[in-house]
Amino acid sequence: MIPELGQFSLILAFCLSVLLGTLPLAGAATGNGLWMGLGRPLSAGLFVFLGICLFILGHAFVTDDFSVRVVAAQSNSLLPMQYKMTALWGGHEGSFLLWTFMLSGWILAVSVFSGSMPREFVARVLGVLGLLCASYILFMLATSNPFDRMAPVPPADGADLNTALQDIGFILHPPTLYMGYVGYSVVFAFAVAALLSGRLDAAWARWSRPWANVSWAILTIGIALGSWWAYYELGWGGWWAWDPVENPPLITWLFGAALIHSLAVTEKRRVFKSWTVLLAILAFAGSLLGTFITRSGLLTSVHAFASDPSRGVFILGILGVSVGGALLLYAFRAPLIKSEFGFGSLSREVFLLANNIILVVAAASVFLGTLFPMFYQALTGDLISIGPPYFNLIFVPLMIVLAMLLGIGPMSRWKKTSGKYLRQQLGKLALASLALGVALPLIVLLEISLPATIAVALALWIALAIGRDLLAKTANKPGRWQGLRSLTYGYYGMQGAHFGVAVMLVGVALTSWFSTETSVLLRPGETVALGSYEFRFDGSERIAGPNYQADRAAVLVTRDGEPVADLYPELRVYLASGAPSTEMAIDAGLMRDLFVTPGEIRDNGAWTMTVYVKPFVRWIWLGAIIMSLGATLAAADRRYRKLASRRRESVVGDITDGQGSLQSAPGVSP
Amino acid sequence: MMKPHRRKRLGIILFVAAGLSVAIGLTLFALSQNINMFYSPTAVANGEVEAGTMFRIGGMVKDGSVDQRQDSLAVRFVTTDYVHDVSVDYEGILPDLFREGQGIVAEGRLDAAGVFQASRVLAKHDENYMSPEVRAAMEQAGAGPENHSFRESPED
Repeated sequence: MIPELGQFSLILAFCLSVLLGTLPLAGAATGNGLWMGLGRPLSAGLFVFLGICLFILGHAFVTDDFSVRVVAAQSNSLLPMQYKMTALWGGHEGSFLLWTFMLSGWILAVSVFSGSMPREFVARVLGVLGLLCASYILFMLATSNPFDRMAPVPPADGADLNTALQDIGFILHPPTLYMGYVGYSVVFAFAVAALLSGRLDAAWARWSRPWANVSWAILTIGIALGSWWAYYELGWGGWWAWDPVENPPLITWLFGAALIHSLAVTEKRRVFKSWTVLLAILAFAGSLLGTFITRSGLLTSVHAFASDPSRGVFILGILGVSVGGALLLYAFRAPLIKSEFGFGSLSREVFLLANNIILVVAAASVFLGTLFPMFYQALTGDLISIGPPYFNLIFVPLMIVLAMLLGIGPMSRWKKTSGKYLRQQLGKLALASLALGVALPLIVLLEISLPATIAVALALWIALAIGRDLLAKTANKPGRWQGLRSLTYGYYGMQGAHFGVAVMLVGVALTSWFSTETSVLLRPGETVALGSYEFRFDGSERIAGPNYQADRAAVLVTRDGEPVADLYPELRVYLASGAPSTEMAIDAGLMRDLFVTPGEIRDNGAWTMTVYVKPFVRWIWLGAIIMSLGATLAAADRRYRKLASRRRESVVGDITDGQGSLQSAPGVSP
Repeated sequence: MMKPHRRKRLGIILFVAAGLSVAIGLTLFALSQNINMFYSPTAVANGEVEAGTMFRIGGMVKDGSVDQRQDSLAVRFVTTDYVHDVSVDYEGILPDLFREGQGIVAEGRLDAAGVFQASRVLAKHDENYMSPEVRAAMEQAGAGPENHSFRESPED
């Protein structure tokens, strides 16, 4: 009976979302205040009823109600409680419900935090989001109902959650990624609302900025969690595989990063308006593309859910209607949007334009590489795959140029920057970072290494330029401390996120270039040397887990005879499904990870295993965390909270961004 | 004489166009260098692939064909679409779900003797799934289709 209540609640949520998708929009078009005012209560109702759906499905998982089909497919009575709860998003239906619930959460957030915006605008934003939500719920009701029952006789026990998913990474990664993904629906709705009203102005950009920042911050963490999880769970020693399902979040992320920067220009200088709108639409399209690829089963991937063509067609329909409709609207409105081109060739506008071109080209090439096999097959019938070398070949040079510009951009001024000023501020820094880039790897590695030099020099270049900019921005204040306090959250957020880029750059480059690994067959007592480390296999024992049995190996790692770490990799067999699973053992450190992946056990007690030393790999995720914190800090800037008063002043006063003024110079936030 | 703002706009457009053409050129070059074709065991047996070309092969691991050396990581097995067989050599650790009678995809080259020297082996991630490549190979050869997906082998 309870699952039927969930079904009922889902239908009610659908009705509410249809109302939300029509009445406020109609109200905004006709000037009907009552209809517009319905947006907020409908949003709250939608959130409540989707929350009930999620709660009821969760209840079915927790109470082992195997008469519900998804519970029977994804759970098992032996499953530990934390995985029973999260097995909800271990399959297509439940994860889509979570996705839709996340959207209703964002809708609620918009309805709560939009007090300072004009009611027509809020009504349009909520209306667009309501339509999206309605299409998602319709998709669930039509093709993937999470409350379907097993007819006629429910199984005695469930088939169990895929063993690779029984992990903390699975608890954290999907909800975070979805939340970031779905946030781009809000940014998209803002853009469409602005297009509908024909008012693409600085105010629109300012309203969008905190949402674009927060979505990006969450998406950053979601992707980093996925990368971290794949790193330690899949046991292949990598942190990014250019997998067709990893790529759409990255595409969205790159568009999102470009959007954050473009919004800054649009808000501050009222240029690049139509470009900014286009980026908002593209970022949203990227997020839907991710859903489409995972749920249509079109591409081969670790992530693919069981494939079902009808689902793919439905999602493609949602994508086509929403993105196509938005682009059509854009085509009608964009020619009417006027931008003034009042800036010089070394202005901040130009640096941000370069940033946008690089990020968009990167996103487009990832898109091409991801979908190329599909196009190729459709055209020639041949099956192909595109390997990581393609992506690396494109990505590495683009990111090197981006990092070089990253040192200069934040120091440049709106409208016009003198080349002399930039040379004066940054010339010595460039030489210093180059010198240190050569020297540091030489001291540590005792050899000259071009990749290490480039990475270290670029990271130092970014970090030193941030320091220099801080000094320059506080130089005219009576005291340094007072100067630092006068800078805005927006400024600190920007510099923080940029510092995160530097940290990640070091991690990516050094891990990619200096990781070592070897696969070996070890009998108990035997050792294998890798670099300056020795791994000794000390035998194995059988242990029992809550829902699995495992053979656990003991591996002692020493360096120059000194013990460094005890590692215990496991080979598990899960009781419910009989599925085997390997558990890596990792000794994590800021400077290096030591990593053992078990293979198999031979008759004589010998184990096959792969051992890895991965320098600086943690810096990748550390950098992502710093970037995310930076974006969040910038979204918390005071000026977004003072919207109500600023709006009345109108937006024209904003562009007088004087060169010498400390208050306005820090302007751009990431 | 063009008006200054027109000239600026033209400058920006040229800048963007130049950037884009370089990017497109690089991208197409990179793509053309990194295409891995997929072939079924029948296609390989029919001599459609030259020795030395990097490609992917997919099929079932033939029952009783896995020959694992006890003293090293070297392994030889036979992959089949139930019409033709191709022997595969691999040195490294096989994925968890590598089994006889199940679908795999291997990446590597044919040697002069017609043995596939694999640098990477991907196996099924879940009992209920099958990759589109293996499914296509099975369908071409007339064997029954299933669904499925992949997991990287530990040896990357």
